[in-house]
Amino acid sequence: MEALLASAIGMLAACGVFLLLRARTFPVILGLTMLSYAVNLFLFVSGRLVFNAPPLLRNYERYADPLPQALVLTAIVIGFGMTAYLIMLSLRALSESGDDHVDAKEKS
Amino acid sequence: MTTHAAILPILIPFAAALLQLFGKSLGISYQRGIGLAAALLAMLAAIWLVQLADQGALLVYSLGNWSAPFGIVLVVDRLAAGMVMTTALLAGASLLYATGGFDNQGAHFHPVFQLQIVGLQGAFLTGDLFNLFVFFEVMLLASYILLAHGGGLARTRTGLTYVILNLAGSALFLIALGTLYGTLGTLNLADVALRLQSLEVNIAQARLAVALLVSVFALKAALLPLSFWLPHAYTAAGAPIAALFVIMTKVGIVAILRVQAIAMASTEATADLLDGWLATLALATILFAALGGLAATRLRSLAAWLVLGSAGTLLLTPVHAQIAVTAAALYYLIQSVFIAASLFLLAEMIAEKRGMVMDHFQAGPTYKATGLALAFLLAAASAAGLPPFSGFLGKLMLLTAFRNDPFAAIIWTILLVSGLLVMMSLVRGGSRMFWSCRNDMSSGTVILTGWRRGTALLLVVSFGLLLVPFARPVSDYAARAAAQLYSPEAYIEAVLGPERTSIKRELRP
Repeated sequence: MEALLASAIGMLAACGVFLLLRARTFPVILGLTMLSYAVNLFLFVSGRLVFNAPPLLRNYERYADPLPQALVLTAIVIGFGMTAYLIMLSLRALSESGDDHVDAKEKS
Repeated sequence: MTTHAAILPILIPFAAALLQLFGKSLGISYQRGIGLAAALLAMLAAIWLVQLADQGALLVYSLGNWSAPFGIVLVVDRLAAGMVMTTALLAGASLLYATGGFDNQGAHFHPVFQLQIVGLQGAFLTGDLFNLFVFFEVMLLASYILLAHGGGLARTRTGLTYVILNLAGSALFLIALGTLYGTLGTLNLADVALRLQSLEVNIAQARLAVALLVSVFALKAALLPLSFWLPHAYTAAGAPIAALFVIMTKVGIVAILRVQAIAMASTEATADLLDGWLATLALATILFAALGGLAATRLRSLAAWLVLGSAGTLLLTPVHAQIAVTAAALYYLIQSVFIAASLFLLAEMIAEKRGMVMDHFQAGPTYKATGLALAFLLAAASAAGLPPFSGFLGKLMLLTAFRNDPFAAIIWTILLVSGLLVMMSLVRGGSRMFWSCRNDMSSGTVILTGWRRGTALLLVVSFGLLLVPFARPVSDYAARAAAQLYSPEAYIEAVLGPERTSIKRELRP
């Protein structure tokens, strides 16, 4: 399971970085989304993988670490807001310059 | 009441932002009134906080009364209080300038401005690394919106690259935090320091996590290979926004300084992590900024390069973890913030007088602006480090503090050469803007600058000037702040309490 999760995170991060280096805004946004998936998964497993255990400390022999779950929730919310704003900004850049290049020039 | 002083710098702008959002239908003058009142209140709170912090004891505020390391704490030491004070003064002046008409150029300026202050103050005050991430994001999200405020393709375009870069930076920040949590099982800075000292941790992983963290802060602080975003973003932003952004690079620098002093220096595992590379890159940043300033074609871009130069100078300090160096750097930081901010404000006011030529360094129409010329002379002389201005004092303190360093010769040479280059570019720019006139051009249409903007400029310039007569108290305070910063034991004990070694920890596989 660890190997599967690790390679999934690695794949997502690699695809994310590849897309992030494209010159058009749409692939860049997709790349950032993939990168944030990878990061969220990574953050989630930083409390170790535990199966069939509640995220509670009391009266249980085995438990899942609750803190990374709270952290990842925060990270997801923030990432969502950022992506929404980035999409709006790139739409504005597209309408102002008529081009979706990240270094868009003035519309001629 | 004293217990809650620590959270006031965060609560006041936050409450103001909510009031402004709910009262949006009451019009811009309502929002301006709330914003300026909040700025004034925040300044008073900051003065109070500095007084409290200067009594010597650390103020630890547990949010929701959950004690550290399980809850989130705000920690006020002299450094944090001083930065809160600087931010409050700068934000007040920038807001006053923005009410002169800039805030009307788009929607929701005022609430976003207040939220930016929330993020800045929170980032200085927090004692928890994940909370630091959250406040960074609050600050960045507000800065994305403020950067694009006013519209225009230049702002949208730089805004886009700025947002993408910082989102990638945030991803890296989260990876650093995940690694840190996975290795040490805590994200409270004091607890991280304590855990790093224990022998059970995986040292290689801990080093990796801390190194990632430092590289994220270096991106915010604009260390050389990560600093190409700064000149573009700051040049494109509106004048009051650029003035407020000056403090943003300082957030990264203070974060590096704090993590280095509290967590990294106190243990062998990470003590040597900054050695060798950080000072070299900081010196390269200073040279890069000086050359960039020489190539700048307009005043606001020159001011942006100056911000980069001062960031490079300040990044020399974390490596030299000495009280004298850090004290000098803190004085330098405060004065460079006000000088750079006043140059940004000046750039816009001069640009409006000069019509089409704006603040470009080329011959323009004849115009009369004695006040602006005088303000430019004061700010430029200070930025170039000429006596008797605060820039000179700051640089002198730094040079004196570095004189016993083994690399003192290199540091002195680069600081002095870059000072000369900065002076040359300011002299060139000033003489072009004020003296080189053509009669066949019409001057700008806006002649009245308005009392608000004039007052704001006067405030920022006089903050810079006041640092000359008050150099002694400010640098004494900075010395006390530095001494407090380099006693991590006191910090850890204040946050975690006396029974810190007996905190129950779960076993990690």
